Amino acid sequence: MNPELLDFFLLRDSSIRTVVLGSILLGVGSAAIGCFALLRKRALVGDAVAHAVLPGVALAFMIVGTKDPLALMIGAIVTGWFSMVSMDYIVRKSRIREDAAIGLTLSVFFGLGILLLTHIQHSGSANQTGLDKFLFGQAASLLTKDVVIFGSVSLLLLLIILFSFKELKLISFDPDFTKAIGFPARFLELLMTTLLVLAVVVGIQAVGVVLMAAMLITPAAAARYWTERLGVMILLSSLFGIVSGYGGAFISYLEPKMPTGPWIVVVASLTFFFSLLVAPGRGVIARALRRRQNVRVTLAENILKTMHRIGEVDGNLQGERSLKEIQEYRMIPLATLRRGLARLVSDRYVQERVGDRWSLTPEGIARGARITRLHRLWEVYLTEYVRIAPDHVHDDAESIEHVLTPELERELEGLLNRPESDPHQQVIPYR
Amino acid sequence: MKFNESLSGEKKEEVEQRTALSGVPPLEVHDLTVSYHRRPVLWDIDFATPEGKLIAIVGPNGAGKSTLIKGIMGLVPLASGYVKIYGEDLERARSRVGYVPQRNSVDWDFPTSVLDVVMMGRYGRIGLFRRPRDSDRDVAMEALRQVGIVDLAKRQISQLSGGQQQRVFIARALAQDADLYLMDEPFVGVDAATEGAIIELLREMRRRGKTVIVVHHDLGTVREYFDWVLLLNLRLVAFGPLDEVFTDTLLQQTYGGRLNLLTKVAELMKEQERGRDLQ
Repeated sequence: MNPELLDFFLLRDSSIRTVVLGSILLGVGSAAIGCFALLRKRALVGDAVAHAVLPGVALAFMIVGTKDPLALMIGAIVTGWFSMVSMDYIVRKSRIREDAAIGLTLSVFFGLGILLLTHIQHSGSANQTGLDKFLFGQAASLLTKDVVIFGSVSLLLLLIILFSFKELKLISFDPDFTKAIGFPARFLELLMTTLLVLAVVVGIQAVGVVLMAAMLITPAAAARYWTERLGVMILLSSLFGIVSGYGGAFISYLEPKMPTGPWIVVVASLTFFFSLLVAPGRGVIARALRRRQNVRVTLAENILKTMHRIGEVDGNLQGERSLKEIQEYRMIPLATLRRGLARLVSDRYVQERVGDRWSLTPEGIARGARITRLHRLWEVYLTEYVRIAPDHVHDDAESIEHVLTPELERELEGLLNRPESDPHQQVIPYR
Repeated sequence: MKFNESLSGEKKEEVEQRTALSGVPPLEVHDLTVSYHRRPVLWDIDFATPEGKLIAIVGPNGAGKSTLIKGIMGLVPLASGYVKIYGEDLERARSRVGYVPQRNSVDWDFPTSVLDVVMMGRYGRIGLFRRPRDSDRDVAMEALRQVGIVDLAKRQISQLSGGQQQRVFIARALAQDADLYLMDEPFVGVDAATEGAIIELLREMRRRGKTVIVVHHDLGTVREYFDWVLLLNLRLVAFGPLDEVFTDTLLQQTYGGRLNLLTKVAELMKEQERGRDLQ
């Protein structure tokens, strides 16, 4: 392996170690707390806080006169927190809605921050270079001191989440119930707010004010695709945060002109798109496959139902049918019909006879009868219980017949008392 | 039959004994007023409930039914007035009140399981920053059994039907192990089987001396389900036993012009259907 790459992976160089550790530690806290922001549909609140941190950083610098990380962090916490309070206050005390309150707060605080920053840059202080790094992050120029301070804040954040998991979960899911059982909802809100501000203050060291929202939301949104459990989601989100930090540091190591912060966000976005596509269950591909499967089942059942219907009419359910005969009863495009029949043959519901003719096997007759039964039972249900006119029930039954489960079928039969025929006087075939 | 009668007689005595023991109304509401942006949405509500009854809160849309429940639970600020639970301040008596919010007040796509949600009913007893014990889990499972969905304990809540969601919320309230229950529209959007199961459960709770207050929207079933009725339309129109309060005159007062022909026809049709079922 290329010795330079080995240097990176083994973290042999202390400056590499600082950047990699920094990138990981700075992102992991926001990735974890971001899960709650995402689930509470407050993603934009994080964005506003990130922007509102800027004036605090500038003010702290103006007061202290150096870029002491602790001072800048305290300044950031103060204005970040103040922005949360002001959003909350605007929503509670005025008729302005939350989205407008967020926009208002974000722009006012950010504008103030830019104003102060410009003022500092024109003041000619020798110490001020690099302050504008807060806009886009400074992961590549992190010092060991920064990593120690911000890293420990990140770890503290994770510990608090672990310790108050039950409470944070409760207030995220059902704030009213939290109050109803006498839990201190205001305090828990405050705790969550403080955690969010801390995560933002730490995270902007790596990716900057402008991209911070991505570090809060992207790993959480990616994690949501993989799991239905909050604890797992937080772990996964943290893991994605780590991967993003590591990946961003690696890319900017390979290509030193590349800024680390934006690359961290790019890698996070890649994990998101990867999750969006391939996650089982919620992922796009899994959904598409399920949809395709549904289309297949629907086609097969429609063919069986149609052949069953032809059999009902001429009194011979096993009869051989040509494609034309089937198409006369139900207009299925020829290619689709052939495809469906081929699958039905391999599933042993249909047999192919000589001369391009097709007949139902006993299994095919049973399944065709079941679909017919469900269709007609549902039509009876709609006319009797939902009081829909008999000439309006067919389309609905066309889709319901493919999804009714055997339990629902039994329930429907019992409820309707096994009617003999449907609203169109067609006999319902029972087993 | 005889056995049954004597049993229920015995139960009744038990309940009466309990009532005599506590002797204080489960819920007293004094001069309660709630306003929203300085516009009063509830005016000077004043009542005290008896013990061991199923009580319906009935009134037109926008009458403040949910707000009343939320005001009692301390979820909305009171402009004036106060609430007593078994003679005590709400904060001291929280553990004696179970709460079922409206089903659509939460996001059912939240990543958690049925059992986890029901466990939230135990949180009040477990306390802040403490871990649930095995006994809490047992109580939650028992609550799930009572609402008939114990087999769904591990299910993700995003996969539940409307009726199942409602059962989960009621199980969570049962897990609170309270004496007074406030339920906000538990019958809205649930299937017939769930409605039947819930009303059976409410009756069982009444047998055990619990008091249950339910915001109810379906006038057609009030007579069948409840013992006492609170008629509400921004102010309290009437509160008392079903026969005294659930009358045409008072309903007319509550609904104003809104209890129109259509509502009455709908009620008649329901009555007729019920008659047909009996035949």
